Amino acid sequence: MIASAKKVEKTMDRKKVISVKNLVKKFGSFIANDNLNFEVYEGEIFGFLGANGAGKTTALRILSGLSSPTSGEVMVAGYNARRDPEKIKKSIGYMCQKFSLYEDLTSKENIMLYGGIYGMTKSLIKKRTQDLLNRLDFNEYGDRLISDLPLGLRQKLAFSVAVLHEPKIVFLDEPTGGVDPITRRQFWEMIYETANRGITVFVTTHYMDEAEYCDRISIMSEGRIVALDTPAELKKQYAANSVEEVFVKIARPKE
Amino acid sequence: MEKTIEASGICKKFGDIQALKDITFDVNEGEIFGFIGPDGSGKTTLFRIIATLLHPGEGTMKVLGLDSVKDIKELRKNIGYMPGRFSLYQDLSVEENLNFYATVFGTSVSKNYDLIADIYSHIEPFRKRLAGKLSGGMKQKLALSCALIHKPRLLVLDEPTTGVDAVSRSEFWDMLKKLKQHNITIAVSTPYMDEAMRCNRVALIQGGNLLSIDNPENIRKGFSRKLFSVRAPEKYKLIIALRSFPEILTAYPFGDSVHVTFRNDHFNDAIYDHLKKSGIGNPEITEANAGIEDRFLELMSKPAGTEAEVHGQQTE
Repeated sequence: MIASAKKVEKTMDRKKVISVKNLVKKFGSFIANDNLNFEVYEGEIFGFLGANGAGKTTALRILSGLSSPTSGEVMVAGYNARRDPEKIKKSIGYMCQKFSLYEDLTSKENIMLYGGIYGMTKSLIKKRTQDLLNRLDFNEYGDRLISDLPLGLRQKLAFSVAVLHEPKIVFLDEPTGGVDPITRRQFWEMIYETANRGITVFVTTHYMDEAEYCDRISIMSEGRIVALDTPAELKKQYAANSVEEVFVKIARPKE
Repeated sequence: MEKTIEASGICKKFGDIQALKDITFDVNEGEIFGFIGPDGSGKTTLFRIIATLLHPGEGTMKVLGLDSVKDIKELRKNIGYMPGRFSLYQDLSVEENLNFYATVFGTSVSKNYDLIADIYSHIEPFRKRLAGKLSGGMKQKLALSCALIHKPRLLVLDEPTTGVDAVSRSEFWDMLKKLKQHNITIAVSTPYMDEAMRCNRVALIQGGNLLSIDNPENIRKGFSRKLFSVRAPEKYKLIIALRSFPEILTAYPFGDSVHVTFRNDHFNDAIYDHLKKSGIGNPEITEANAGIEDRFLELMSKPAGTEAEVHGQQTE
């Protein structure tokens, strides 16, 4: 407990990279995000949890510059989400479970493609490609089509590509669905390493055991944030043994 | 005890890919039998063979005492199958889907309503809504209702909870437990380790091989080493530091801690000094109980085929 209290203190002096004030997003009369307020710090691993339909994807789309808030102020990597969504897009990385890499391109081709999209120079792309293949122990897969790679390897590569341009923040939308436990752990070690370099990791997941890996987590229910703290603090507050128990207690969706 | 499924020596190939390697197992009547394994481990192939949708290749698959190839017509009347991908008619309403499945199987919704009442009642308020417009949790309940409406003796559920949130997952398992009262046998696959604990028996599957079949508690107890849990705020530094300590055999992240085993199972005090030198000030080290996931990790990290443990009976 002492350790976690210290940690919270430490996050206080850290630089904010995401700041959300009174965020509201409406679709017609439906309120998908109902007055969200939170901040995320540099180098933090922030878990964004919620039941299906709680409004996570809507918020994630706004934070990544793909959708505009109805009202409220959202700052990401120093840019305003309403005024400068294009600048936000350049400052972030994004990876999701459903689509991340082009299956009919090879690993190397995907890396080059994304490097080009991010506006990196050819020489830098070349260097980072080699670094990345070495670091992932991926040289034998460099010229293989993505469609020939097992899911776990694809996800690791997709994550590396999402941070290829050293963004300030990387958004991961359910990155580990269906991945085996060994690969999931390797994946989380990559997340730790990335956060240790100062890149903020913003992650959604349905695996509640993975929520325990995060520095802080927020839990959304019906468009609102109903809890936000370190996993240890939330477990204490709700007298629960796991984040899963906390989640079941407070995130019960109405259908 | 009656066997609902008897699989013997099943080897299934797709071109050069060996999807299933010599798979042999039995499922008892009334049991919830789980297949736990990652994507691409062969779960779906196996389930399609059980559901009579694929030829077993080599070996035999007997379901409800019948052969999955020869007796396909008789078998299909008695199997309810819920594939991993939502496969109801998206442009039919909830009610229309249910009526359709009942009619195809030569029965009616009212005849077997008691079987699905618990599940269907959650979605009945939306019975006029198109299936394609339902939320993930509701789709899953409708799919289960449709798989049950002909009162099958065996229910085959392929990753029914993937992509579903923790609350809906927990409700879904409560429903499965209730179905046991109707003496319906359930074969279910999942990538979630915690769901394994809710099965009567589980089979761990990886790369087309069955690694282990037993009740979850026995699988958990099969963990062969002393396990320690190490906690410190800087997790990345901690993992690196632990791995650089020669006495440590394995160190992997586990929730808010790192799970560690020592060579020769001998806890070495020098670890505290080593961590201190690596900048980890105040680590909290405790002995931990291995969970089923620890055991699965142990089994998975051994080369396939070196350990075949197939034993254990249903426990109640």
